Amino acid sequence: MRSLAIVALSAGIAAAGPARVGPGIYHPAYPASPSEREVAVAAFWLDREPVTNADYLAFVRAAPEWSRGRARSLFVDKDYLGHWRSSDDLGTALPKAPVVRVSWFSARAYCAWRGGRLPREAEWELAAAADARHRDASADPAFQAQILKWYARPTPAILPAVGGAANAWGVRDLHGLVWEWVEDFTASLVTSDSRDPTRSQVCGAEAAASKDPSAYATFMRTAFRGSLDGRDTATSLGFRCAYDRSPR
Amino acid sequence: MAWRGMAVAVVLGVLAKTSLLLLVASACHASSAAPTDDFIEVVPASSQPDVTSTPVGHPLIAQLTTAPEVPAKIFRNHPAHVIVNLTVNEVEKEIAPGVRYTFWTFGGDVPGKFIRVRQGDVVEIHLKNDPSSKMPHNIDLHAVSGPGGGAESTFTAPGHESHFTFRATKPGLYVYHCATAPVPMHVANGMYGMIFVEPPGGLPAVNHEYYIMQGELYTVGKYHAPGLQAFDMDKGIDERPTYVLFDGAEGSLVGDKALTAKTGDTIRIFFGNGGPNLDSNFHVIGTIFDRVYTEGGSIAQEHVQTTLVPSGGAAIVELTVEAPGTYAIVDHALFRAFNKGAVGQLKVTGPSRSDLFSAKQADVAYAGGPVEAPRLRTDGDPVLQMGESTFGRICAACHQPNGLGLPGQFPPLARSDYLAKQPKEVIIGHLLHGLQGPVTVLGMTYNGTMPPLAFLSDNEIAAVLTYVRASFGNSLSRITPDEVSRVRGQTASAP
Repeated sequence: MRSLAIVALSAGIAAAGPARVGPGIYHPAYPASPSEREVAVAAFWLDREPVTNADYLAFVRAAPEWSRGRARSLFVDKDYLGHWRSSDDLGTALPKAPVVRVSWFSARAYCAWRGGRLPREAEWELAAAADARHRDASADPAFQAQILKWYARPTPAILPAVGGAANAWGVRDLHGLVWEWVEDFTASLVTSDSRDPTRSQVCGAEAAASKDPSAYATFMRTAFRGSLDGRDTATSLGFRCAYDRSPR
Repeated sequence: MAWRGMAVAVVLGVLAKTSLLLLVASACHASSAAPTDDFIEVVPASSQPDVTSTPVGHPLIAQLTTAPEVPAKIFRNHPAHVIVNLTVNEVEKEIAPGVRYTFWTFGGDVPGKFIRVRQGDVVEIHLKNDPSSKMPHNIDLHAVSGPGGGAESTFTAPGHESHFTFRATKPGLYVYHCATAPVPMHVANGMYGMIFVEPPGGLPAVNHEYYIMQGELYTVGKYHAPGLQAFDMDKGIDERPTYVLFDGAEGSLVGDKALTAKTGDTIRIFFGNGGPNLDSNFHVIGTIFDRVYTEGGSIAQEHVQTTLVPSGGAAIVELTVEAPGTYAIVDHALFRAFNKGAVGQLKVTGPSRSDLFSAKQADVAYAGGPVEAPRLRTDGDPVLQMGESTFGRICAACHQPNGLGLPGQFPPLARSDYLAKQPKEVIIGHLLHGLQGPVTVLGMTYNGTMPPLAFLSDNEIAAVLTYVRASFGNSLSRITPDEVSRVRGQTASAP
């Protein structure tokens, strides 16, 4: 654990360390079956902020096989880390801004290097359902409207730094800065029976299967995740890591 | 509930599409019998022309246009391989003076680019999603016979590109739109456009072709509340639009941007309705449509006053204009035209036709050259400057930037005897509460509706009234914010 702590410090992790989230119940927007309308989520630890450009630069220095130009095209698309000036120079990207233009494969490699893993969708959604005061604010129209407002705006050319207000779990920037990879990003749309037409990822068929037709913000996250392949990168897509036990 | 309704509608839509394939096949080319166009091919009425023959020549890049322009007619006598390049951009645009909205667009504008292909063409749709986009997007073209209309094949993350190919087998005017969850929000944010599948030989030649699409906006702020407006999900679900607009902005077809023609010209309007909720009651005031290819199909109805265009549907409208003047283009569900922005203009110039219109025709006097009333210099007077700005933002859309109004539709403010005669309190009341029912201004009776503007501050109402009363040839006294406040207070406390 000692070496992990050193790695964590050298990567610029906030001194407070990851936040403990859960246990709790997650209600999937598109339950795979009626018995899966409620998913029990065990307690886990989650980075308080998204992984930043500075964090990720430390990673590619330690693991050059993941640097831009060297990462295998099987695992990253051609725009991987395309917002940096070079493989070792952030250019105009802010060191404290969330790293974007990373693939699912590269995000997983980063988290493994940190001694963690990507959060599962149920874990991420449980953490993201909290507002500043309530662990489950998902039924609050004002909270949902605030999230939708961010979804409706294009991504700025230069992303601002992390450090928004903490939610009830002590986690920041789950909304309002970037989309985030989850371990099982295809889970919502995959079904044991692929012939089932109601499991289409398009249009009304998806809505017909959903638990709450007014949960527009959830639809949008699910749609975004559904549009991705593991090697894809995007200007608004970053990640943070989760841990099964306290890294301290 | 709205989502379940949507799902049912989608299923019904698929069923309807299937049965339409069966129904339309026999009636496809009724119009091509008309011998008015030299370029028309002779197509036996019973045959399905070349929808399975191999495309000829190198792939062509489709010429796409922004509303109200329409790509040139297709004269090819054979099907081709056509490549359509569409880019999705999320852009902030002005929807009314001082009011902005973040649109999601096919090609940077609302409606999306107009696509024109020929029946039988093999069409390759390339959908790029700009890297700055926040959302994944896709495209469902109603011209496609196949699952999702292309939506599943084109589901595209920001910074990526997808493509798919379909055969344009059925002629007609079709809507396309984004079908990414949440679909109604993507459509409400402007993600719709049209594709015209031209029958061999095309429709008869006309002097002008124009492209108009109607759509609704659901904003958190009220109608004309200034600043950047956010999407209001509750209003969308309740089908209570804040704006109903032609071509994505109030005034997009007004004044300098009005459609134009000369007397005697024939005009074809490719009209579509993006929705996402309302049907359109498409009407051009003072005209009778010669022909309407209802629902964008292949059979024309003749002599139509108002045509009903469903959400996600279209109509091809043909008209001939004989008298000069300004013709208002409206959704004849009239509160949408007068209170939510669904007004455009068709300006017709040329000699008047006394055999068709008597001298009482109001348009004649208007086209004969109205007397310009002088505008006020507002330099250095902050009240007048605020008034001028408010006038431009709120009032000019109807009363016109020159204050002359539109004969028969919106009364003039210039040299207005009505303004001079009515007590200040009555005029202030018109702004606070709106005005309905007949008023007579400079000898002409107007029976329209002015919306209440109570969302304006006392300062703004006082400033705009002071500006109007001192401008456009009027020389009436100032109105103070206190006077506005008093009228507002009286009516608030009235039983």
